Amino acid sequence: MLEIKDLHASIEDMQILKGLNLTVNPGEVHAIMGPNGSGKSTLASVLAGREDYEVTNGSISFMGEDLLEMEPDERALAGIFLAFQYPVELPGVSMSNFLKQAINAKREHLGQDPITAAEFMKLMKEKAELVHLNPDLKRRSVNEGFSGGEKKRNEIFQMALLEPQLAILDETDSGLDIDALRIVSDGVNQLRSADRGFVVITHYQRLLDYIVPDIVHVLLDGRIVRSGDKDLALQLEEKGYDWIKDDVLV
Amino acid sequence: MSQSDTDFLQEVADSDYKYGFVTDIEADTVPKGLNEAVIRLISEKKEEPEWMLERRLKAFRHWLTLQEKDKYPRWAHIKYPDVDFQNISYYSAPNNKPKYESLDEVDPELLETFSKLGISLEEQKRLTGVAVDIVMDSVSVATTFSDQLAELGIIFCSFGEAVEKHPELIKKYMGSVVPYTDNFYACLNSAVFSDGSFCYIPKGVRCPMELSTYFRINEAGTGQFERTLIIAEEGSYVSYLEGCTAPMRDENQMHAAIVEIIAHKDAEVKYSTIQNWYPGNEEGKGGIYNFVTKRGICAGDNAKISWTQLETGSAITWKYPSVILKGDHSVGEFYSVAFTKGKQQADTGTKMIHLGKNTRSTIISKGISAGNSQNSYRGLVKVNAKAEGARNFSQCDSMLLGDRCGAHTFPYLEIENPTAQVEHEATTSKVGEDQIFYCNQRGIGEEEAIKLIVNGFCKDILAKLPMEFAIEAQKLLAIELEGSVG
Repeated sequence: MLEIKDLHASIEDMQILKGLNLTVNPGEVHAIMGPNGSGKSTLASVLAGREDYEVTNGSISFMGEDLLEMEPDERALAGIFLAFQYPVELPGVSMSNFLKQAINAKREHLGQDPITAAEFMKLMKEKAELVHLNPDLKRRSVNEGFSGGEKKRNEIFQMALLEPQLAILDETDSGLDIDALRIVSDGVNQLRSADRGFVVITHYQRLLDYIVPDIVHVLLDGRIVRSGDKDLALQLEEKGYDWIKDDVLV
Repeated sequence: MSQSDTDFLQEVADSDYKYGFVTDIEADTVPKGLNEAVIRLISEKKEEPEWMLERRLKAFRHWLTLQEKDKYPRWAHIKYPDVDFQNISYYSAPNNKPKYESLDEVDPELLETFSKLGISLEEQKRLTGVAVDIVMDSVSVATTFSDQLAELGIIFCSFGEAVEKHPELIKKYMGSVVPYTDNFYACLNSAVFSDGSFCYIPKGVRCPMELSTYFRINEAGTGQFERTLIIAEEGSYVSYLEGCTAPMRDENQMHAAIVEIIAHKDAEVKYSTIQNWYPGNEEGKGGIYNFVTKRGICAGDNAKISWTQLETGSAITWKYPSVILKGDHSVGEFYSVAFTKGKQQADTGTKMIHLGKNTRSTIISKGISAGNSQNSYRGLVKVNAKAEGARNFSQCDSMLLGDRCGAHTFPYLEIENPTAQVEHEATTSKVGEDQIFYCNQRGIGEEEAIKLIVNGFCKDILAKLPMEFAIEAQKLLAIELEGSVG
């Protein structure tokens, strides 16, 4: 469903991605690991269409369409979901108002009628349970005054509501304690399905104990330098990134 | 800001006031210019008693002395060419002749706006000046209201009618909060005021309805120099709404209104207003200058006055609804949302004058600027030497849409009593690219995202408006943001 070829991207004239290739098929969970500054978050941003990043070369096709030609909201409607590393606060905008608008944007895109109040309430309740979110949350402003853990759970909650084709998790584990990590991972695991792809970006192997990937990629200096099964992550944990660096140089 | 955000904001900022349509109005108008003869003519046309004419003349003579001195106030953060006061006609009798025979003749865009605002068909006709059937719903509704209010002893009528029927109240209260010597425009209004509203709530009576409903039905041709006087006797309560979300176009460029509120012991007055006067074309030409003096006095102990306003219109707004907290334990509140775009300029805020003991005031102001507009908050908190234990909380938040507009905050504090507690918070934010991107990533388009964010920013204030108007206000803001799109 996702095919990235020779992707080069820069921000403020600094080249970050230098020829990245990646193919994700439906049902697969890909983990992307790499040291700070290797380009992990840049990849997430470029996929979602953040405009600060300039794609200087390469192509991205998503479900057969040229992703780079699409606006950020069109990408979302086409089924790309990004769980933000730093979820943004929207003061005064209630969760329910925000989510209803998001759901209805999608339904409109699919040629469906807007969601009814009853359906919406039911859906909110059902999905909130998935990540153990307090249902009172819907009256609060989006991410405002949320704890770090709540913000991350809120991202997964939204993912569950919007049912994307491709979910990108940008360091969703950062700042989570072990209990929150388990809740978030459980939520993600329940959303795994044969027609949904995941790209899980993380620093640490720890998350992959809970969300077990099909393929692990190591991102170094803007390129994927090695891919393997979940054991690759364990090796990394043990030997550090220098091991790969040395290896790649050799 | 990314290119597309900037484009959208640009579009919003440049959008025309789509409701502006000009019709020739037949009116009974006095010649341009201002002198004693004109004042006498106005008073005569309004069939006023001698004492009212005397008041007008006194104000006019004082106004002449202001002319000699400094012409008019220059301290506000607004720029406009000098007004030629001799080139204005000061009286125009409302004309009730229908402008149109049916709604089909009315600008369809205007009608679309009305239906977006949820305004009933009958009311649409009235607002646009379409001839209405002899039996009109709103008339009978108005009569019902009228009877109900009269039973409670509530007086609610035009200012002119009050001068005729309740001279003792007018003599006692008119000018008691805003004297004609108060400022240049208040003085002008005192000399030439056209008409306005009068509201009296007797002792211990709680007005059973939002006076807005009634007002909307009755408002017609109140004119250029309005005057409103609200008196709440001991232990009474009234919620009053002036203005309308429906767009207002007027031939008269300069408006100088006065609103006076008197709240006696234990009385509460809640005054809400939505102002949507024509802001001018994209060059800022032809828009209304809105120079208003609004002030209330908490005359007795435990009295409470709150002002809530949504300002979206006018080329220039100069307006500071204030409260004099004279009674001990009295409370003053000011909640404001001011939205400016194009070349609009707004300088608005409040004055809270603490005279009594343990008086409290709250000020929450939200300014949103787009396009090339300038939006200023100007507020004074004054605590008199005798006002033991006075407290104030002020919060002024500004939001910028785009990078060619301005937001300014001018807080003034005059504290003469050491026991006062005064807090002031101010923030300025730009609608963040991050916020828009976050909404986009959930499938919400740019325009809808900006609407969501702006509405969220104003939510606390809009919630203070009477329910029906809160919803209209929200829609109005959305339409304003929409600009020429859609």
